[in-house]
Amino acid sequence: MAKLHGHVTINIENCKGCELCTDACPQNSLNMSKNINKKGYHYAILVEENCTGCTNCALVCPEAVMTVYRENKNRIIKPAPMASIDSKNISVSIS
Amino acid sequence: MSKSIQSVQCEHLDKMDIVWDRPDTLIDVPMHYCPGCGHSVVHRLIMEVVQELNIQDITIGVAPVGCSVFSYNYMDVDMQEAAHGRATAVATGIKRVLPDKIIYSYQGDGDLAAIGTAETIHTINRGENIVMIFVNNGIYGMTGGQMAPTTLKGSVTSTTPTGRDLSIHGHPLNIAEMIAILPGAYYVTRQAVNSAKTVRKTKKALLRGFKNQIDGKGGVSFIEVVSNCPSGWKMTPLQSNKWLDDNMLGTYPLGDIKVPEKIA
Ligand SMILES: Cc1ncc(C[n+]2csc(CCOP(=O)(O)OP(=O)(O)O)c2C)c(N)n1
Ligand code: SF4
Ligand code: SF4
Ligand code: SF4
Ligand SMILES: [Mg+2]
Repeated sequence: MAKLHGHVTINIENCKGCELCTDACPQNSLNMSKNINKKGYHYAILVEENCTGCTNCALVCPEAVMTVYRENKNRIIKPAPMASIDSKNISVSIS
Repeated sequence: MSKSIQSVQCEHLDKMDIVWDRPDTLIDVPMHYCPGCGHSVVHRLIMEVVQELNIQDITIGVAPVGCSVFSYNYMDVDMQEAAHGRATAVATGIKRVLPDKIIYSYQGDGDLAAIGTAETIHTINRGENIVMIFVNNGIYGMTGGQMAPTTLKGSVTSTTPTGRDLSIHGHPLNIAEMIAILPGAYYVTRQAVNSAKTVRKTKKALLRGFKNQIDGKGGVSFIEVVSNCPSGWKMTPLQSNKWLDDNMLGTYPLGDIKVPEKIA
């Protein structure tokens, strides 16, 4: 069976840049941004589309900033369209 | 809540299931802990269990002195702060006055295994029906990294600058094995939170501990969590979790130490 499709969203302002999630991800889907959040930490970002929604990153994250999504096998959805994975283009808006 | 600006977007999140989210019982404020600190993970796991068992309204936690002294700012249950080392004495009082409430104590190794050793042993010897959570990071984190009774042989700390010397400082104290022989210890286990796999097991152990108390049988459910202290150990979070695997677990092996027959 093909691997399940998953996704994570990250509350980057509460990330402390510990890198535990990037190390725990079996898919290497996460990386640390070159940018920093308001606290001054390089925050974690999803950089690949191969996330399976395994929740490993969320389990090890001390700040509980992850939300993990997983494809529901009972619903038919197409895979996500290819998006830019250039982390240099990400900017944080400091309001 | 502001969610991330992602480099990878997903256009059909609404059609996907949320399989993990922060528990509502964990107050949505940034924690004061150092990056990568295991205390944060243990707080979250306790709150996940409280949420899953639907006991938020009847749970009372007792906070220690140590880095987790402010844990009542994060865990959304009624909490009482105790003097250094006395959390289980306070938990005993609360459980006896309010036997229908679910009581847990939360302590570090300096709190539980140094200044509070007498309270620890006698609470367990009395067989109080509470959950004791013991976060063993082998150091006094809060006060600047002094040696604890649990510090490993040879470890350099601010009070053992040339490493812990067993002939001078005594041996690492395996408190879980020690108290497991007491009849009042109902369930004794040692877990960790340095990987996704160990986090899953710690959650199961906490669930079992709280269920024991709800069932109202037996005595203390004692859950030790071997944890890191990146700042006190002077390591990055990743290094500290690896060091924990390579060094702490030799002295503090993971697994159940005492399991009542009926739940084994
Ligand atoms: C009666 C008393 N003695 C000493 C202290 C100083 N003190 C505060 S925290 C602490 C040790 C904390 O170590 P631990 O319990 O392992 O917690 P950690 O910070 O490592 O989680 C000490 C000795 C105190 N606050 N009160
Ligand atoms: S859910 Fe699993 S695969 Fe997806 S980013 Fe997290 S650890 Fe990686
Ligand atoms: S584990 Fe959490 S806090 Fe640490 S880098 Fe990843 S998202 Fe940030
Ligand atoms: S000093 Fe150690 S135990 Fe305390 S918050 Fe920092 S890493 Fe955690
Ligand atoms: Mg400690």
